[in-house]
Amino acid sequence: MTQTLAVLTMMLTVATPLVFAGLGEVITERSGVLNLGIEGTMYLGAFVGFLASGALHSAWWGILVAMLAGAAAGALMGLLTVTVGVNQHVAGIGTTLLLVAACNFVSRLKSSGGASEQVPKLSKLFGSTAVIGQYPLTYLALFVVAPVIWWVLRSTGMGLKLRAVGESPEAADAAGVSVPLTRYLALTVGGAFMGLGGAFLTVAMLGSFSLDIVSGRGWVCIALVIFGRWKVWPTVGGALLFGFAEGLEKQLAITTTFASVPNELWLALPYIVVVAALIIWGRGVRYPGAYLKAYKRA
Amino acid sequence: MRSSFRRRTTRLSGLIAIGAAAGLLLSACGGETGETTKTDTPAAEDTGAAAATEDTGTDAGTEGTDTGATQLYVYGVFATPLEEPWDGAIHTALEAVAAEGLIKYEYVDSIDTPDSMENTLRDIAENQKPDLIIGDAFSAEAAVRTVAAEFPDIAFAFGSGEAEVAPNLSVFDNWIQDPAYLAGMLAGGLTQSNVVGVVAAMPIPEVNRIVNGFIEGVAATNPAATVKVSFINSFFDPATAKTAAEAQIAAGADVLFAERDGVIAAAQEAGLPAVGMMVDQKDQAPQNVVTSLLWDVKPTVMALVEQLNAGTYTASNLGQYSFMKNGGSSIAPINTDLVVDVPADLVAQVEAKQAEIEAGTFAVEINEEAPAGSTEVSAAE
Repeated sequence: MTQTLAVLTMMLTVATPLVFAGLGEVITERSGVLNLGIEGTMYLGAFVGFLASGALHSAWWGILVAMLAGAAAGALMGLLTVTVGVNQHVAGIGTTLLLVAACNFVSRLKSSGGASEQVPKLSKLFGSTAVIGQYPLTYLALFVVAPVIWWVLRSTGMGLKLRAVGESPEAADAAGVSVPLTRYLALTVGGAFMGLGGAFLTVAMLGSFSLDIVSGRGWVCIALVIFGRWKVWPTVGGALLFGFAEGLEKQLAITTTFASVPNELWLALPYIVVVAALIIWGRGVRYPGAYLKAYKRA
Repeated sequence: MRSSFRRRTTRLSGLIAIGAAAGLLLSACGGETGETTKTDTPAAEDTGAAAATEDTGTDAGTEGTDTGATQLYVYGVFATPLEEPWDGAIHTALEAVAAEGLIKYEYVDSIDTPDSMENTLRDIAENQKPDLIIGDAFSAEAAVRTVAAEFPDIAFAFGSGEAEVAPNLSVFDNWIQDPAYLAGMLAGGLTQSNVVGVVAAMPIPEVNRIVNGFIEGVAATNPAATVKVSFINSFFDPATAKTAAEAQIAAGADVLFAERDGVIAAAQEAGLPAVGMMVDQKDQAPQNVVTSLLWDVKPTVMALVEQLNAGTYTASNLGQYSFMKNGGSSIAPINTDLVVDVPADLVAQVEAKQAEIEAGTFAVEINEEAPAGSTEVSAAE
């Protein structure tokens, strides 16, 4: 029983950074920009959140600064893909490489390979009771951020404009919606959530930073957004499914019954689940109309 | 482009570090000379003044030429960033030896791929011509062996799971199964639930023998215990390591061995004791970290330095210099001020075993088989 509850507890914890960053990517992609800078933006959020939490002696300030840094990284993507109009794949990968290398460089300047420093971190609510004993950010992700993004995209003028820009920038432009402004806004807001997702790792879970801390979670989010067909709740569902698979793997791998199953198979399980889900539900997806297309007025 | 930039910046920071180390060395020397000359005749005051001026100078050039004739030139070439504990341990030892003035030390790190390892090694061997190149070959065994064969006059000493190659390629490894055993004894004595959790990187020989040594140690103090082992398949993923640790806590583990970072955070939240790795991690959670496994590469480096200075260097397996009985590994001082009671007789038992290991009367069996996810130690014995 405790182990079943532990799987659910872990599902929520593992899913939290994926929900933040995945929804940030949903916002960005719905405006027509694929942001492959997500991995680097999460890394930046993780690193800057860690630094700010230590410098300002407050985890919440760390999170706020991480969101601002994420927004700045989104603006950089905007500069490259909206203003300059370069290929979005190249701009995104370049942004990721730049941000990861820059963070590693600053990290090296600060401490030359010594033991990791501890900074203020969030503590779990409800005294770490199974399942509901989660970091406040988990509740924020599932009960505030996801519903608000869903509502904004679906029911507000701002959401309509964003979707119009992502589907048909020409039409949106003719209707008087500023395509560059909308895309910049989507990239900065989306970037802020990616930064928040990264900061969850350092400022909530660990209270410390180490190299490669994001470990491909940004790339998982890219897959989750396609899995979720650019919709909020299916993306959240995908993150929970991934978290569930990972939680299950961690539990089963150490039980006596399953202990002889090859370790590699367990490690592949969350990814197998995601790939299987993509095969089952991810076929015939319809991409946003202006996906990957830079917009210049004719 | 990116890697060359990174390499250059790392090299630059390396030079700065060496400059700083040399500066420290100078100030240390200057201080000493100053003190001794104070009691001396007025004539000697001049030397004191000269030492003082040299002291304030930031240029290490003069110092370098002074001892350059006898100083070995050592180059560190690391596949991973120095933040990775394994290469960090080698780097720390080399810096310590450099600080004593025995070697001139430079390094590059984050080399990543075997092809760039090969190019970097060749570049350094051709252009820098060091006396000794030290690094880790695990991700690039073939590259290291190729370049070592091309430069038989340069000594190569690499962390490696394979054999040495005459005439110039020596190998070493982190043989720290002895401290792992001692930490296992502590964990076995501390557990109340008789479940001990281990979170490790991946089932490779270097990790397996540490985990197996730990499990044997648990068996020595607690034959009723079960040891659960999680592999996270990464050297750098503390968030996953933490969730793996939480899974073990849910499965009943009440003592954790943090072969990887991230586990101590879980132990701290749950108020459980934990064993750290590679450096004394007590600072991370002073109430939770009972001890840490330490690997000291300095005896290995000193053996190389002595052989090279004496002109007796040949390719050999330097593994013995990492053994506990030779001072190459140890456990951090046992922390008895924990969230749980650390019984004095348990500490005495561990210390007695440590004395046996150091005296060479007991050695932990080296077992490089991958441990199971869950092992009842009585069955394993």
